[in-house]
Amino acid sequence: MTTMTAGDTKRDFLLIATGAVGAVGVASAIWPFIATMGPDASTRAAGAPIEIDLSQIPEGQSIALMWRGMPIFVRHRTPKEIEESRASDGKSMPDPAPDAARSFKFNNVVQSQWIIVQGSCTHLGCIPVKNAGDYGGWYCPCHGSHYDTAGRIRRGPAPKNLIMPEAAFLTANSIRISGTRSAA
Amino acid sequence: MQGHSTYVPTSKAAKWLESRIPIIGLFHSSFIAYPTPKNLNYFWTFGGILTVMLVSQILTGVVLAMHYTPHVDFAFASVEHIMRDVNFGWLIRYLHMNGAHMFFFAVYLHIFRGMYYGSYKAPREVLWILGVVIFLLMMATAFMGYVLPWGQMSLWGAVVITNLFSAIPIVGETVVTWLWGGYSVANPTLNRFFSLHFLLPFMIFGVVILHVWALHVVGQNNPTGVEVRNLKKDTVPFTPYATIKDGFALCCFFIFLLFFVFYQPNQLGHPDNYIMADPLKTPAHIVPEWYFLPFYAILRSIPDKLGGVIAMGSAVLILAFLPWLDTSKVRSGSYRPAFRIFFWVFVAVTVLLGWVGSQDTAAPVLKFGDNTVLTMVGFGQILTIYYFAHFLIILPLLGLFEKPLALPSSIADSVLGGGHGLPAGAAASPETKG
Amino acid sequence: MNAFLKASGLALALALGATAAMAAGETATPPRQKWSFAGMMGSYDNNQLQRGFQVYQQVCAACHTMTKLSFRNLSEKGGPEFKPEQIRELAAKWPIPVMDGPNDKGEMFERPARPSDRFPSPYPNTVAQRLANNGALPPDFSLLAKARTYRVGFPGFVIDALPGFTYQESGVDYIYALLALGYVDPPPGMVVEDGLNFNTFMPGQKIAMANPLVDGVVEYTDGTPATAAQYAKDVSAFMMWAAEPKLEERKQLGFRVMIFLLVFASLVYFTKKKLWADVKGKGGKAANAH
Repeated sequence: MTTMTAGDTKRDFLLIATGAVGAVGVASAIWPFIATMGPDASTRAAGAPIEIDLSQIPEGQSIALMWRGMPIFVRHRTPKEIEESRASDGKSMPDPAPDAARSFKFNNVVQSQWIIVQGSCTHLGCIPVKNAGDYGGWYCPCHGSHYDTAGRIRRGPAPKNLIMPEAAFLTANSIRISGTRSAA
Repeated sequence: MQGHSTYVPTSKAAKWLESRIPIIGLFHSSFIAYPTPKNLNYFWTFGGILTVMLVSQILTGVVLAMHYTPHVDFAFASVEHIMRDVNFGWLIRYLHMNGAHMFFFAVYLHIFRGMYYGSYKAPREVLWILGVVIFLLMMATAFMGYVLPWGQMSLWGAVVITNLFSAIPIVGETVVTWLWGGYSVANPTLNRFFSLHFLLPFMIFGVVILHVWALHVVGQNNPTGVEVRNLKKDTVPFTPYATIKDGFALCCFFIFLLFFVFYQPNQLGHPDNYIMADPLKTPAHIVPEWYFLPFYAILRSIPDKLGGVIAMGSAVLILAFLPWLDTSKVRSGSYRPAFRIFFWVFVAVTVLLGWVGSQDTAAPVLKFGDNTVLTMVGFGQILTIYYFAHFLIILPLLGLFEKPLALPSSIADSVLGGGHGLPAGAAASPETKG
Repeated sequence: MNAFLKASGLALALALGATAAMAAGETATPPRQKWSFAGMMGSYDNNQLQRGFQVYQQVCAACHTMTKLSFRNLSEKGGPEFKPEQIRELAAKWPIPVMDGPNDKGEMFERPARPSDRFPSPYPNTVAQRLANNGALPPDFSLLAKARTYRVGFPGFVIDALPGFTYQESGVDYIYALLALGYVDPPPGMVVEDGLNFNTFMPGQKIAMANPLVDGVVEYTDGTPATAAQYAKDVSAFMMWAAEPKLEERKQLGFRVMIFLLVFASLVYFTKKKLWADVKGKGGKAANAH
């Protein structure tokens, strides 16, 4: 068997082709089993984008609403809170971000009075408590992360600021939330 | 250990069966004639105890599954239905719940016994690694089982643990969404955890069969670590000697387990799990079950999320490399004076890690006047470093520098107390085994 | 504890839970009470449970639901053990009717409760319950005695697990302490907001519920003193039963199982000893056993 005949080449080709087609078949057969564990159609539909009417939230108040099984915090900051938050812009933080980058823009103007974040601690996903902690924003009771009123992590084990969801202002008083983001 | 079967079928039916599938002979050679070192102490009874515990968990679990409803709206109520309305439901549920705790208690003793007596060393590496696989499967099973009652700790434990997967670079978020079957820990998650919690014990059972098979190929280790030389002098048949001894140990273990079941069934659980899961309310202090606490402490010791997950995973997986990390030629800790000290320090470190895992991270451990010198996180970090140093530095170096004690020439000699004192190492070499 | 730490300068401190650490003041540890159902041979006092139910019915039930319990449970063994006819009457006269249906016209209708029904909730859902109670949700009583505890710490929790010393009543201790001992004047300087009350045993020391138990508010017919402390004791015991209705059955069965196991274990032990006797001896028979 030292020389290759035309028959050998043909046999090798058939073996490889059969193996390849078989592998595609197996992979295709496995896929439904993997895909079935992903979010189903009803879950995806329930997680469709929502619009929030901001005119209902008075200054100094905040609301939490459930979306995609996750609380979304909408906070209407007072001018004093905004000022304090801006004043600490230069300080060292675990995840540095200027106050201006923590709010969404409407007509290219940063709406600093509105802080919209996902209410899930970036450490291990607990729900932070509002108006608590050393910086007056949120405090996570699980492992002691302190967030300021802009949702920036100031102290504690959380690696990142509270995540801003994918959102955009529709009018000055309504915002559309279209997706959640991950901490990674 | 094949070839020791002395089983000869006597009845016609047994002969008929044996010539078609030699199953009676297999059981005879595995559990009756199987030669057992005669010097085994009671730490060697945990293998049998664990087998019984696995069967007990499967039996109670199957019965519970007949009454349980894996749906976020009904799961909590269905567990209470079991506790209040089902005949003996409270007993079965408390047995299953406390059985899980005792299962881990027994497995930790079993692991520490193996570590002390060097049961992982050649030729038992595969046996040991199969044990690590069983341990990993047990952890997954226990975690998913804890989610099923759908109490506050069930939900939030699941949130914390599944979120660990988001630390995986790039695909982390996709993986977590896939694990949840949605955008949060919700009904699809509970339902699949139920399915997997039902499946995994049978996979454990399969690996246990491999574990026992591997054990019966290489033979049991024993407190001296000296291999069996003479079957007649060194061993006794498994039945009745080991069976009756295991039976007695099992009785004692069940007294211990049932004391919890009947008199303090909730002592080892968390009170918050008697509050139905509420995705909008985080418990003040999320703690895993006690058997995960050392690993949880290691997770929290690393400030980086991905790093923490890697450290926690490594803390378990490093066990699989133990046969090669321990360089000593001597198997049993009884003949290794320095190792013995480090072993007990290691046990103490593990227990302390468990304690750290149960505490608030910012809590002070060491105070000087009003200044906190050491917080719980800092203490956990020191212990974590030691945990890994034990495997990666102490064990490899110890084998090179330690001067072991003289080993007995054989198991029989050690039993009779007349050791001749072979040079260390020679007695432990596997090729001389009987 | 702080004084001790300061005095000793350098000491190992037992950590407090996150809740306690966050609290303005230090939440007090409830003192332990004598309970008839504590210990390995403990059992419920039927009369106490009946009184406790009376307190629940007349004081607590307006706000606190008990969704896991049925009227029939009140007559079952190991509980308050009301007579079945008392239960039928009690259910029929319960102020909240049961929603049933649909009837032959396809409509849902209300009807008086039966012993097989669960205690009907006065609220359609928890949001309504929260709104009716100034935004605070009164917790359901079904499992509360098992869902509450206080920190015992080391070595207390080990001692509490020992046979003979076994103590599992921290949940009722907490409920009793909160009701009977916790409502005192706040420390000077502490601001207690409107709608909140000071309570030394509540984590965070502020509780939405005003002191519910006043002397004489419930009339006892069996001669037991009608004091707030007694109400608290009785309703705590009742809540323990509600959370763990099979406690008596459990402890009784446990006793029999323990006796059996001890006898069986000793038999196995002596059999083992006999079997192994020849192995332990010099070059024994076992060596020739195979």
